[in-house]
Amino acid sequence: MDKFDLVLSSDEKAVYALRSIYKNYGYEQYRMSKFEEYDLYAKNKDFLVSESVITFTDTDGKLMALKPDVTLSIIKNNKDVKDDVKKVYYNEHVYRVSKGTRSFKEIMQVGLECLGKVDEYLITEVLLLAKKSLGVISNQNVLDVSHLGIVKGVLNYLGISKKGCDKIFECLKEKNREGVVLVCASEGLDQEKINIAEKLVTVYGAPEKVIPELEKLNLSEEIGSAIDSLKRVIGALKTFGVNENINIDFSVVSDLNYYNGFIFKGFVSGIPTAVLSGGEYDNLMVKMGRKDKAIGFAVYLDGLDKLSAPSNELDVDVAIEYNDASLNEVCALVNKLVAGGEKVIAKSKLPATVTYKKLITLKKGE
Amino acid sequence: MKNYLNVALPKGRLGEKVYYMFEKAGFPCPAIKENNRKLIFENPEVEVRYFWVKPSDVAIYVERGAADVGVAGKDILLEYSPDVYELLDLKIGKCDMAVAAKADFKDDRSRTLNVATKFTNIAKSYYAAQGRDIDIIHLNGSIEIAPILGLSDVIVDIVETGTTLKENNLIVVEKFQPISARLIANKANFKFKSEQIEKIRRSLFEQTENI
Repeated sequence: MDKFDLVLSSDEKAVYALRSIYKNYGYEQYRMSKFEEYDLYAKNKDFLVSESVITFTDTDGKLMALKPDVTLSIIKNNKDVKDDVKKVYYNEHVYRVSKGTRSFKEIMQVGLECLGKVDEYLITEVLLLAKKSLGVISNQNVLDVSHLGIVKGVLNYLGISKKGCDKIFECLKEKNREGVVLVCASEGLDQEKINIAEKLVTVYGAPEKVIPELEKLNLSEEIGSAIDSLKRVIGALKTFGVNENINIDFSVVSDLNYYNGFIFKGFVSGIPTAVLSGGEYDNLMVKMGRKDKAIGFAVYLDGLDKLSAPSNELDVDVAIEYNDASLNEVCALVNKLVAGGEKVIAKSKLPATVTYKKLITLKKGE
Repeated sequence: MKNYLNVALPKGRLGEKVYYMFEKAGFPCPAIKENNRKLIFENPEVEVRYFWVKPSDVAIYVERGAADVGVAGKDILLEYSPDVYELLDLKIGKCDMAVAAKADFKDDRSRTLNVATKFTNIAKSYYAAQGRDIDIIHLNGSIEIAPILGLSDVIVDIVETGTTLKENNLIVVEKFQPISARLIANKANFKFKSEQIEKIRRSLFEQTENI
């Protein structure tokens, strides 16, 4: 066991492990300031996980914000690289509102972004790294993959209103089959189209089971080319040795104004929410005046303590209550015990809350 | 190690009905029928664990992963928007979310409408869709007396038979949202227990077809 294993918390260990994986695949660490101009977030509010942002006025009068997100800063601070691709990873604190307490929380986020010429190899590599990242957190993990080209293609085929599409999006997120049927019926769709919409909600599972079902739909070229891309990337993942616990799931949906193509979420057993989220966000790049394509993901490490039971270890091996003993005597004893590999605490009076294997009480002259 | 499926049931008659549906689906737990004050019951044979919780708390247990699945009213799902899967309409516990008022109520749109309700978010979004200026008075119970005592102009509440409203001289102004019990699941736990959850969903679906 590494000597730091005993000292580092589970999220700190995960950060080091993730950084090392990303480095192995040619990603460079990206560091950034804690603050950004608020304007960046005001223009892209819907892209943020939580809308609330901590703001303050800088010395020059500019309205600044503590970063609620990292991706926007990376896009803003990098230029188009055209035929090249910029591959970066980060580990940064972000500041978001916690749903439970409804107050701001500092969250350690690790993630990576590819900006530039994003091709199917890079998409495969990012999915591979997403899966490996989940493996760092727990062996029991699942990566759910969706393709917005298929979702958008089906919605286009159904020919429903913008309001109807928004409602179907909500129902997809909830796997709410009845909800989808109700929306379709209120849009006046026939039974054949309702069945197709229902399919999008109910189809779920391993690619080898789901993809043939999707292929049967054969609705449009748009959907066909998205399915082909899905097939190629999933097939390529197998070359990397990844073919288990990857599911196709269209309940993974994201705002079409920002995202396109592949999107995905990662789950581990024991944490009740997604611990990883990512996808292609070419539409966000366009919104920010960029020509490059982009894909990336973030790993949320704030829930990792749920995976281990609260520690009931003793605080120290030896507790020393030194009362009025001489300074040299106390120092010599602490030095001897620590050098012998013991965990030690020394206080003139020990509080009752300290737990220890052995207690040494020192007194003047003893 | 046992891989228990944790089920949060709403305390009360609806929960009992739901339990029998789960039992029919192949997840029996005879201990639950014993007349005692226990709240958690297990059946190791079929690896299921049931627990009784306050109906409005079911969604919290499921969202936070303490329960893999549960049964909650659509009213609770609309009010608190928990991040859960809504897998099935069980077609039981049917009622409506409605606006009710005194029989002589007439909406004067030139003034702010005072709305008393337990369902603040549902009331807000219902009136926001109409562009109606309202003031919300959040109450936790006995909503029906608010218009009678002049505390509010209308109430937004669940109406089943309408008897309570009638007895308090109130009338339904509009029923705007049908409510029924829904099978919900935690999003992460669904991934790891999808076979068991799908089995339940399928069986409950077949049972609801006959309702």
